[in-house]
Amino acid sequence: MSEMTLAGAITAGLRHALEADEKVVVMGEDVGKLGGVFRVTDGLQRDFGPDRVMDTPLAEAGILGTAVGLAYRGYRPVVEIQFDGFIYPAFDQIVAQVAKLHYRTRGAVRMPITVRVPYGGGIGAVEHHSESPEAYFTHTAGLRVVTCSTPQDAHWMLRQAVASDDPVLFFEPKRRYWVKGEVSESMDAAPPLESARVVVEGSDVTLVAYGPLVATAIDAAAAARDEGVSVEVIDLRSLSPVDFATVEASVRSTGRLVVTHEAQQFGGLGAEIATSITERCFAHLRSAPVRVTGHDVPYPASRLEDHFLPDLDRLLDGVDRAMGRVNSLTGWTA
Amino acid sequence: MSSVVVGSIERADAPPDASSPAQLLAPDGTRHPHPSLDRHVADLGPAQLLALYEDMVVVRRIDREGVALQRQGQLGLWPPLLGQEAAQVGSARALRRDDFVFTSYREHAVAYCRGISVDHFMPMWRGTAASGWDPFEFGMAPPGIIIGAQTLHATGYAMGCVKDGVDSAAVAYFGDGATSQGDVNEAMVFAATFSAPVIFFCQNNHWAISEPVELVARRPLADRAPGFGIPSLRVDGNDVIAVTAAMRAALERARSGGGPTFIEAVTYRMGPHTTSDDPTRYVDPLEREEWAAKDPIERLERHLRSEGALDEGRRARVDERADAAASAMRRACLALAEPEPLALFDHVFTEPTSWLTRQRSQYEAYLAMFEEERR
Repeated sequence: MSEMTLAGAITAGLRHALEADEKVVVMGEDVGKLGGVFRVTDGLQRDFGPDRVMDTPLAEAGILGTAVGLAYRGYRPVVEIQFDGFIYPAFDQIVAQVAKLHYRTRGAVRMPITVRVPYGGGIGAVEHHSESPEAYFTHTAGLRVVTCSTPQDAHWMLRQAVASDDPVLFFEPKRRYWVKGEVSESMDAAPPLESARVVVEGSDVTLVAYGPLVATAIDAAAAARDEGVSVEVIDLRSLSPVDFATVEASVRSTGRLVVTHEAQQFGGLGAEIATSITERCFAHLRSAPVRVTGHDVPYPASRLEDHFLPDLDRLLDGVDRAMGRVNSLTGWTA
Repeated sequence: MSSVVVGSIERADAPPDASSPAQLLAPDGTRHPHPSLDRHVADLGPAQLLALYEDMVVVRRIDREGVALQRQGQLGLWPPLLGQEAAQVGSARALRRDDFVFTSYREHAVAYCRGISVDHFMPMWRGTAASGWDPFEFGMAPPGIIIGAQTLHATGYAMGCVKDGVDSAAVAYFGDGATSQGDVNEAMVFAATFSAPVIFFCQNNHWAISEPVELVARRPLADRAPGFGIPSLRVDGNDVIAVTAAMRAALERARSGGGPTFIEAVTYRMGPHTTSDDPTRYVDPLEREEWAAKDPIERLERHLRSEGALDEGRRARVDERADAAASAMRRACLALAEPEPLALFDHVFTEPTSWLTRQRSQYEAYLAMFEEERR
């Protein structure tokens, strides 16, 4: 065990992956000498050479499209998209090519590509640098989509993503890059990539969070406890597929569900989780599921992002709604 | 200042057909010498040319069968290659087994030359499966529908060849329409950056469905590549000897570490874009007639006859082989079994997910309900 930042735990994971399999290659913009704009690939080109850690031209479709060709050739590309909002030029290659080739070829062609995406807001950035585009990809059949909230998970999940023979979108909560934690570099205790985890036990409300909002949810659970409400926090970890068994078991016990994400609400993960859980354990629900999310507006200018991002108070307000306590919507009839 | 700008605009406005493409075999069957390309086809004697001739006759016959099968309701769609036989056969026959091609959807002749049996052509167009062959068995990816996307795959594959230290090459087949796509331009940037052994084989068939190449190109398409640092060749795409020579030249470059080459094979789409298209709405019949006179098969036939390498008996045997291939394709098409309903859940992932396993089980239960009703 050693103490690492979340970013450093990913770097260590990449290093393990590069050492373990010579077919693993890292590619992206500025990932070489610079070590990436967040320094996640720091030192990798120096140690593994420019053939395995490749600075690419600034063309996201080109990066993903050539990764597809490398995968045909037996390589296992780990692609870095510099910022969440820069992934859209690569959208066709991801959803129409990477996601479908295994299906189209009836299993003949595998696409073991990992796409690393620093995502989410809260860092005071200019536009296109704070987005949460995960739902575009969870909506696409053939992609695994995961995100981490701790240095330990960042390390384990990155290595599992690279080892997966399916394409994995690996969303990294950029505002938590510098959070520190103890990290074991042994994979022995790593849970399956597609599993969720109960991080705070509770009995009144299930609060489902992922990525950057897990820490906020844990804080909210502590604050709620002071008010006499017992909140169970689940770190979803895998966004597609979702570990519904873990969420369902929790909601059967608490009878209440709050889902939170930074991404906009409409058609988002919260909608899918609320609906699926309602379908699976309607009779156990004591109140309607609640979503606490970003508003359905483009990600705003940074001086307004505190009003966009769910925070501790908005999560507590969501918990109050689930509990039927006085809340911001009390008195609303529509 | 203004005169400089005007001058450059005038130069930049040459029509796409301004520079005449390299031609070794004229439409009348005359073999013309070519200073740089001849050495690449010095070994093409009558036997080799006859083999190319047979390939072209067979693929034209297969293609006609594809159209007929669609018209008879047996295929959902067929994109005919009529007119492009020389471009596809000449380029594909220049390849080695260990090369890998990434094509668009019209390259039936390329598939044929890669050794893919006509049976395998059918599932995709009949709709019984998304693709018909194992790409690794034949060194050919499934046909790409998204225009130009496959050029990046070819480039990435070629980058892998460099890493592996092998002298295999990748070929990206695409059309004039695709040259407008960002993917194609990005592929050329990446290929130049990584000196990838990829051949950009552009069949300029003059039409992107109804949009003529003049709409998107102010200069010959081959002129674009040098701007990326990629040498280019512009050849008569209906001249199978010129196409073979160009492809061999490009492959020689690729295999010796020279990196990418762009080939513009100037040809003509003699049929519709697909069986769903109606070219009478936009093609000038006179232009089509002009191209009919440049037919790739007829010109080689004239040449072979003039050389005494083709007589009626041989011609009849070639036709028999073509008919046999077409019959085999028809039989394979009609013999395709309807896919099992639950096969639609197969191969989404290498390991099924919990979500998909559940969805599959639920749909299985739904289908079983009808089975019980029938009993």
